[in-house]
Amino acid sequence: MSWDDKLLKQAKKIIKLYPQKRSALGPLLHLAQSKDGYISDDSITVISELVGITEVQVKSVSTFYSMYKQEPTGKYLLSVCKSISCEINNSSEVINKVQEFTGLNNNETDEEELFTFEAVECIGACGGAPAVQVNYETVEGVTPENAINLCKWLKDTKPDVVVADEMQENFGGIKSFDWAIQDNSGATSTAPGFQTLKTTKAKK
Amino acid sequence: MKETILLTKHMRDNPEDSHLIDSYEKNNGYSTAKKTILESSPEKILEEIKASNIRGRGGAGFPTGVKWGFLAEDEDRYLVINADESEPGTFKDRILLERDPHQLIEGIIITCFSANIKEAFIYIRGEYAKPARRVQQAVEQAYQKGYLGKNIFGSEINLDIVVHLGAGAYICGEETALLNSLEGRRGEPRLKPPYFPAVKGLYMKPTLVNNVETISSVPWIIENGGEEYNKLGVEGSTGTRIFSLSGHVNNPGNYEIEMGSPFGEFVETLGGGIRNNKKVKAYIPGGASAPWFRGDQLDIKMTIDDVANNNSMLGSGAVVMMDEDTNLVSAAKSIVSFFAHESCGQCTPCREGTTWLEMILDRIASGRGRTSDMNLLLDVCDNISPGLSWPPKMTTICPLGPSAVSPITSLMNDFRDEVESLIPTKVLL
Repeated sequence: MSWDDKLLKQAKKIIKLYPQKRSALGPLLHLAQSKDGYISDDSITVISELVGITEVQVKSVSTFYSMYKQEPTGKYLLSVCKSISCEINNSSEVINKVQEFTGLNNNETDEEELFTFEAVECIGACGGAPAVQVNYETVEGVTPENAINLCKWLKDTKPDVVVADEMQENFGGIKSFDWAIQDNSGATSTAPGFQTLKTTKAKK
Repeated sequence: MKETILLTKHMRDNPEDSHLIDSYEKNNGYSTAKKTILESSPEKILEEIKASNIRGRGGAGFPTGVKWGFLAEDEDRYLVINADESEPGTFKDRILLERDPHQLIEGIIITCFSANIKEAFIYIRGEYAKPARRVQQAVEQAYQKGYLGKNIFGSEINLDIVVHLGAGAYICGEETALLNSLEGRRGEPRLKPPYFPAVKGLYMKPTLVNNVETISSVPWIIENGGEEYNKLGVEGSTGTRIFSLSGHVNNPGNYEIEMGSPFGEFVETLGGGIRNNKKVKAYIPGGASAPWFRGDQLDIKMTIDDVANNNSMLGSGAVVMMDEDTNLVSAAKSIVSFFAHESCGQCTPCREGTTWLEMILDRIASGRGRTSDMNLLLDVCDNISPGLSWPPKMTTICPLGPSAVSPITSLMNDFRDEVESLIPTKVLL
C-alpha cells in the first residue's frame, strides 16, 4: 500500500462517519486527489481494499465525476465558467485570455505542472459573472485583463494556499452577494480545500 | 417593490460574524430547536409545516408537508439535505450555506425531531469548497455545544450530521442520483418505481431529501407558526423565496421576496433595470431547464402556478435577463452544451440527443448551418421529448434530457428569424 500511516488514519476516520463503508468512496477519492493531484492506480488499489469493492468499481465511480482527475494536474487548476450567465457576460474572452497566457487547451496541463486549464459548467457565481475558480476557490467579476493578472500573480508568487478573499480583492469585480466575513482559509491542492475530519459521532 | 426578510435576516443584521454560533445564539438562534425538542411533539411540527403550505425550493415545488407525510416507518431513516446547487443561474443556496449555516442546522434538528431521524447528511457540491468549510465549522460548533450528538439539548434524542462533498456532477441534484452518489456509486438517477425516497431512499431506507432553502425556512415557520408563513406570498406560492438574479442587470444578486409580483417590476426595482438602459430580448424565469419568456412577457407574475400556466417553470428561482444585443443562438448553445456535458449517459435519447443538438447549434452559430437544420433541431428534440409539449413528455429516467429541449423550443417558437438569419441561404442540403 502506498498511502502513508497519516493518510490511512484519515481515511479510516472518514469511513467511520458513514453507516456503510462504500459511502466513503467519494471523500476518499478527494483525499487521493489531494495527495497526488489525480486519481492514481495506487490510490485505486488502496481505496478498493479500504472500502471492500473491486478496483474496477472504484475506477468506474472516479471516472463519472469531473472533479476526479484521471491525469496529473498542475499546482493550480484554473476553471473558467462558460455557462449561461457567464457566457452572456463575455466569459469566452476570459477563456481566450487564460488560454493565450497558459498556452493550454481545455483539460491540458503545462510541462512545468504549474497550471491545468478547464472551461467548466456553472460554478454558482452567476451574479458575479464571469467567474473563475483556482483550486475551487472562487473569484467573481473577472475581466479578461484581470484573468491574465491573476495567472501572472500565481506564476510569480506561487502561493501554497490560494484564498478566495485575497484573489477577489486583487483580481475580482462584481460579486454574487456581499461575502462580508473575511476568511483566510483556502485550498492547498487541486482537490477542494475541505475535509470531514473532526466530526464526532454519537454512536459507534 | 421591497424585500421581505425572513431567511436572510440574521446574515444581514450581523454581516461580520453571522456564520459563527455565538452570533447566531445572541440573536435567538437555536431557541426554536431547543423549545421544539423539549416541549413540542413530532405531530405538532408536521402540522405547522403542512399549515405553512411551503413548497420545495429545489425546483420541483413539491409540497414539503406532503413529502414529510410520506415517510415510511423504519428503524433507520435518514435526512439528506440537497446542497448540490448546480442549475445555471442559481446561487441562492450558496449564500445560505456560506453566511448562515446554523440556520440550516437548526432546521435539520427540527426536521429530524419531527420525522424521528437520527442521522442527517448535507450533500454539498464539490465546487462549493468554501461554503462547505463554513458548514463543517458550524456543525463542529453545534457538536461542542451539545446541540448535535448524544442527548441533544439534554433530551433523550441523538442526532448526527455528516457534511458530504460531491465531485462535480449536476445530475446529482436529481434526488435518486444524489442518493446513489452518497452511497458511493456513479450519480445515475434510479429507475422508478420506487417513486419516493421517502419510502425507499438511502440504502433503500426511508429518506427525506430536501433543499437547503426549504430546511432553512423551517426554524422561522416553527417559531412564528405555519399560519403566519401561509399569509405571506400568494395561494400556492406561500412564504418568501430567494431569487437569484443574473445576466444583463445593473444589480445582480440574491433577493428574498414574497412571490406574486411581476418579473418586470422585480428587475426594474430590486435589479436596478437592464444595463445601459437596453431592452430585454428574452429571459429565463427559473434556471437553465426552464423555457424562456420574451421581453414582452415581463408582466407574468413570479409564482409557481403563473409561470407554469405560461408554459415554463419557476424551478430553482434563477432569473437570467438577456438584453436586446444578446446572441440567442450562442445562449441556447451554452445551455444545450451544459446538458450534453452533464448527461449521465444512461438513456439514449438524452445521451445522444443532447450531443447532436450541441453539434447542430454549433454549426449554425459558426455560420455553417444548413436550411434543413431548422427542422432537424426540432426533430431531435421531438425524439427526446415527444410532442414538445409543456410539461415535457419523457422518454428518459429523469428530466435532464427534456430540459435540454427547453431553450431550443423557445428559440424556434419565438426567435426563429434570428436562427434563420445565421444560415447561409445558398446552401441547400
